[in-house]
Amino acid sequence: MLSVRGLTIRYGSDVALENVDLDVRRNEVFGIIGPAGSGKTSFLRTLNRMDEENSAMSVEGTILFNGRDIHQIRNVYNLRQRIGVVFPLPVGLPMTIYDNVALSPRLRGVKKKSKLDEIVERCLQRAALWDEVKDRLTALGSLLSGGQQQRLTIARALSQEPELLLLDEFSIAVDPVTTMRIEDVLRDLKDEMTIVMVTNLVQQARRLADRTAFFLNGDLVEVGETEELFTGEVKDQRTRDYVEGRFG
Amino acid sequence: MFQATALNERNRRVEFLFRVLFGLMTVLLVAPVLIILALLIREGGPAVSFDFLFTPPSDQGRQGGILFPLVGTIWLVVVALLASVPIGVAAAIYLSEYAPDNLLTRLINLAIINLAGVPSIVHALFGVGAFVVFFRFGISILAASLTLAIMTLPVVIVSTREALQAVPMAFREACWNMGATRWETIRRVVLPNAISGILTGVILEVSRSAGETAPIMFTGAVTFLPFLPAGVLEPTMAMSLHLFTISNSVPNMPDEIKFGTALVLISMVLLMNAASIAFRMYLRGKKKW
Repeated sequence: MLSVRGLTIRYGSDVALENVDLDVRRNEVFGIIGPAGSGKTSFLRTLNRMDEENSAMSVEGTILFNGRDIHQIRNVYNLRQRIGVVFPLPVGLPMTIYDNVALSPRLRGVKKKSKLDEIVERCLQRAALWDEVKDRLTALGSLLSGGQQQRLTIARALSQEPELLLLDEFSIAVDPVTTMRIEDVLRDLKDEMTIVMVTNLVQQARRLADRTAFFLNGDLVEVGETEELFTGEVKDQRTRDYVEGRFG
Repeated sequence: MFQATALNERNRRVEFLFRVLFGLMTVLLVAPVLIILALLIREGGPAVSFDFLFTPPSDQGRQGGILFPLVGTIWLVVVALLASVPIGVAAAIYLSEYAPDNLLTRLINLAIINLAGVPSIVHALFGVGAFVVFFRFGISILAASLTLAIMTLPVVIVSTREALQAVPMAFREACWNMGATRWETIRRVVLPNAISGILTGVILEVSRSAGETAPIMFTGAVTFLPFLPAGVLEPTMAMSLHLFTISNSVPNMPDEIKFGTALVLISMVLLMNAASIAFRMYLRGKKKW
């Protein structure tokens, strides 16, 4: 699904991530753990070429998405439409709940009201938000509670019908109950899409991820089956120290 | 139990002193405005009437009202708006949403700030050279309005850019991540949320240009005209220049008419400012995040 080779990310002369090779398999949940500043978020940004929106950021190496080098894709907007992104802080756009979810289909040219209605309902259902908002779809998305906005963000990402879903510390601003609900949602979604999930919570990676990568100070320390990382079959002592909470 | 130390006491007195000092400065700031308004209303108020507003001046302004200059100023401001708003807003959108942060962009920003610092008489002479002579618009509303437009462009750009940058970056990033182009993001998210700030800024800045005299006196405004302009290629009378003329160059001018003219001019500007502030308050009540 994703194949990353020799990826180096720099901000000016500072190296954020150096020479990373890794593969993400279709329909798996791929976790990325590591302390703050280890390059996790930068890594996600390069996957849908959002690095190009930040002039300070430069990227070397190749990323294959479904076998295609993403830097060879001429229409970057098409690439981004196929990749959903959820941010650490929920972003409800300042428009109605309905419009938040209908935005991506509209950008793709869907105009028919009935089709949009159907997409909006389906995505909100899947994001476990429908029951709470179905009677007020015309309320502003940006005025929902934090947890609801985060599920709205997920619904919006799903409305892109993505093949790949990138989650960047989605639970950082969300209460534990909502976090569990979102985790349930993600478990279901895995059948339809590939998920790459950055998290600060090593236990969250353990609960959700099939395989997990450990980033530290710009290096990919190791990648492995999640259970192996947690049961001690690690190649690197630093990984064990981190998952056992001895630093980071 | 609560025994205040000497230091506590001194801090309390110093706190009081500064509060009074800053308050006094604020009163000083407001005083001139109130005094000007009070004077104008007392001296000019009796002259202002329906007839005064809707009768053309005659006998070099000693008789009649201010209809022609009033209409002329409205012409000048409206045409200046039509020129400066599209250019200024488009440039601000480019600078805020598209331009990379590089040397060229910084130079352009520097140029805009400098343009704002150019004295209005220099703008006037530029207007004569460029619009009156080079483009052959002659002494006309068009030439004067374009001069005013160039003068107000920097402030239109700056206030528009501020309104655009008040829209959180996270909204743009969310849109880009969905595969929206810059333009789609601007049209669907940035502009709808910045439009109130843009409009209020524009109204505020353009209303100021209504009172300008120097930029129009060589380019399109004339001291006396016995008729209303029929189009933008004709010269016109204007409130600011009319006030200057009747105060300066017409002997035996009744004071009442001078003060009345000044009162109408300042009221036009204040009314536009008030409208823009009311508009902003209305839209702030509907703030979406």
